[in-house]
Amino acid sequence: MRYLPKSPTDRATMLEQIGVGSIDDLFRSIPAEYRLTGDLKIPPQMGEQEIVSLFHAAADRNANGYASFLGAGAYRHYRPVVIDALVQRGEFLTSYTPYQAEISQGTLQAIFEFQTMICELTGMEIANASMYDGSTGAAESVMMAARVTRRSHMVVASTVHPEYREVLRTYAQHQGLSKQRVGYGPDGRIDMQALEAAITDKTACVLIQSPNFFGVIEDVAAIAELAHAKGALLIVSIAEALSLGIVRPPSEADIVSLEAQSFGVAISYGGPYCGVLACKEKFIRQMPGRLTGATVDQQGRRGFVLTLSTREQHIRREKATSNICTNQALVALMTCIYLTIYGKAGMRELAEQNLAKAHYAAQTLGATPGSKLLFANSPRFNEFVLDTTEAPDVLNARLLQQKMIGGLPLAHWYPELRNASLWCATEQNSRAQIDAAAAVLAGKEAPALVYV
Amino acid sequence: MATETVTPSNTTASEAKGSPFVGERSKVSSHISQNEGLIFEKSSPGKKAYRLAPLDVPAVNANALLGKQAREDLGLLPEVSEIEIIRHFTRLSTWNYAIDLGMYPLGSCTMKYNPRVNEMVARLEGIADAHPYQPESLSQGAMRVMWMLQECLKEITGMEAITLQPAAGAHGEFTGILLVRAYHESRGNPRKKILIPDSAHGTNPATAAICGYQVQNLKSNSDGMIDLAELEHLVDEETAALMLTNPSTIGVFESEIHKIADVLHSKGALLYMDGANMNALVGKTRPGDFGVDVMHLNLHKTFSTPHGGGGPGSGPVACKKILEPFLPTPVLVETPANTLTFNYDRPQTIGRVRMFYGNYGMFVRALAYILANGPDGLRQTTEDAVLNANYLRSKLEDVYELPYKTATLHEVVFSDRRQARNGVKTGDIAKRLIDYGFHPYTTSFPMIVPGALMIEPTESESKEELDQFVDAMRQIARETEENPEIILHAPHATRVSRMDEVAAARKPVLRWKPNASVSEAAASSENPPLVPATAAKEY
Repeated sequence: MRYLPKSPTDRATMLEQIGVGSIDDLFRSIPAEYRLTGDLKIPPQMGEQEIVSLFHAAADRNANGYASFLGAGAYRHYRPVVIDALVQRGEFLTSYTPYQAEISQGTLQAIFEFQTMICELTGMEIANASMYDGSTGAAESVMMAARVTRRSHMVVASTVHPEYREVLRTYAQHQGLSKQRVGYGPDGRIDMQALEAAITDKTACVLIQSPNFFGVIEDVAAIAELAHAKGALLIVSIAEALSLGIVRPPSEADIVSLEAQSFGVAISYGGPYCGVLACKEKFIRQMPGRLTGATVDQQGRRGFVLTLSTREQHIRREKATSNICTNQALVALMTCIYLTIYGKAGMRELAEQNLAKAHYAAQTLGATPGSKLLFANSPRFNEFVLDTTEAPDVLNARLLQQKMIGGLPLAHWYPELRNASLWCATEQNSRAQIDAAAAVLAGKEAPALVYV
Repeated sequence: MATETVTPSNTTASEAKGSPFVGERSKVSSHISQNEGLIFEKSSPGKKAYRLAPLDVPAVNANALLGKQAREDLGLLPEVSEIEIIRHFTRLSTWNYAIDLGMYPLGSCTMKYNPRVNEMVARLEGIADAHPYQPESLSQGAMRVMWMLQECLKEITGMEAITLQPAAGAHGEFTGILLVRAYHESRGNPRKKILIPDSAHGTNPATAAICGYQVQNLKSNSDGMIDLAELEHLVDEETAALMLTNPSTIGVFESEIHKIADVLHSKGALLYMDGANMNALVGKTRPGDFGVDVMHLNLHKTFSTPHGGGGPGSGPVACKKILEPFLPTPVLVETPANTLTFNYDRPQTIGRVRMFYGNYGMFVRALAYILANGPDGLRQTTEDAVLNANYLRSKLEDVYELPYKTATLHEVVFSDRRQARNGVKTGDIAKRLIDYGFHPYTTSFPMIVPGALMIEPTESESKEELDQFVDAMRQIARETEENPEIILHAPHATRVSRMDEVAAARKPVLRWKPNASVSEAAASSENPPLVPATAAKEY
């Protein structure tokens, strides 16, 4: 086996040193009746070329070469090549959690830079070194808010990503947390009246998403006021992190749960992505996950360490703030490199392009016969909801024939939005693609898309 | 470099006179590494590392579209050029130790080689670009990869059903214990407690707690194994499950595993297996055959997906038929037409534990690893992992105390008892190993071994690398006798020396701010430290 660095002679020498006759002697502690005598029934050993061919074949059975208008929690953004060139360095790729600070300064400093950039983007004071993803991050935020406030009721906007809400339900069910769901108004934003009525002095937190699942940007400041008036925390979940390039940061929130996949992370059929929690500094001791802090060594030189670990499971066991151990470190590094590449000016410019593409797409598609842009007057980033007289599935089938993947039908989660679908346009969508989709929606022959 | 000079008792040609080593450092030489500040410290307005394609739609006025929701500026995000970014992160990378550089014997972490073909196939267009909501008809390749991995993992574990959704080991534990809970609830009583041996990983009790269970500790017997009498005494009708790591955290296979399962099953309780140590078992025995009802796997341990400085991982949960109805949605099913589809209609499901389908990129890598090995390769891998650990044990047991003499599989746990007489603790020996060119083993864990040195070499180490490790460990043992001071201040050969962790915790500096001095912040003290004196390190 080509990954194993031993010759038969090496093995024989080592067995002799150990003082056993055969390798099976080392497995004697396993009762004989449970020892396998034959081969596992899995495919036979393959060479590298065969493996590459097999995955090429799998890739070819996927939607290769299609124009796509899907978003909804997984965003198609260009990934600069520098990211993979750097994260594939073995010193980043094949290192463990940086517990031994003296030989982990590379990872630690990069995480410290990541934490800093997340704070700058979100308007929060501290950020952790990552969570699994946006959905589990939102659930952990709610549990954190319950610990901070010592309350056990949560108010959740129905415009939080439906899969985030499903994960939250799974996490909350054995925590004794009760939930009230608040719907949305005709503008696609959270129903402020219903929200005000839902928040009581038993409310631990209000969880919203902005831009929300419909792509509509919420009025975070106004929502924070309602929450804070009753002593509840406001958690803002952000699924489309690139929106922070041009949308006001949710500084009035107490906790921000960010899914940072948009920052240079491959869409990869849903993962691995990069959740991250940021919050006000006063909540630090209830924060789950790893934190990197600056300090000095014995000679007074600046260096970095994992810190405040008494919150974590390997010290606190059943009293820990979370059971999280392995996180998404390498993905956090990708996002850190991405933010460095685009930086202060580029993030703005890129976000503006997304805003422009989505605005053009919304206007163009919304103007086709039988189509109507919903929540048209609310501020949006790069997603919008289109209501059509034709069923979205039928429309999408026609788009697929032209090698285009249309918007995500919403009726499954929002039965009242029977013929609505959620569309996303990013810097990856050309004007030609948008015009072609509009032609299909209008029932016309779509101009052939040229991929160069 | 070395900050103090000591008289070596036995210098060799390769070490300069005055070197702080008793013998030869055969694995490493010192070399220059580049200094590098924080990226923010290199930033200046106008530098760029990007160029966007021209906008092909009409430009928009952000303030007009967003109104008061428009952002004013992006604060301290850096402005640097591409070459500076390459140098910055490349320089940082050289400050890290890595499997690619050498042996990384962290016990319980299974730091094995991460094959490069895995990285390549995970980045193929069509896989890396697949959107989780693209139509199933256009996702059959992606779904087939999941299906193949599921089938392989079921066969490897001897289980009947599986979910790939959990994002890491602890997330798998969470999922597995929720399955246990749902099973008991379906029978009328969720039950109250989870039994956890005192040798268990910290994630186990933390998981039980977030699933709403009380944790009951189970004391190990004098062999470091489950005490059957104690188990029988504690298991009752309110016991939901035992969370068992097998082989245990001292590397010992629970020989009476079937009796353990019987005791649990006789009271209606289930056996959960923490699969952290599965690298000792693959191809040699199957948990499903020896009575385990549900378990998680760590694809980032046993199945070679990279640790990446702390993640991402992936923690599939495999289980017996009785738990299958409760698996998270969606569940992948094969249709009569041999196509794959996600089934969301699962009335007894515990619900989702993560959005979409899990850390998909890790599935691709793990499957590539399994295919590269085949059944014979996986078996040989396990045998080599066990061979390596036992080789180290036999080469070191005369100088380091072996608290449990029981036969061990893929890892060996020593204690620092002998060295501690000279004031040298496991954490000090670990730091000294760095000077010899190795990453430390896991320190101070498991807790049943005071001053533990937990060593897991994995199959990826050659005999030469192991011999160098043995040599380093034996030299350190000698130093303990002859010059303990040198160990207490190790490492000496690194860019930075031991960090002031107490200061870091007392006055946390968790982000960069212009003109803030770390040493000033670290020097002031307002709050009591959050670092316990003998904090267990990672495992």
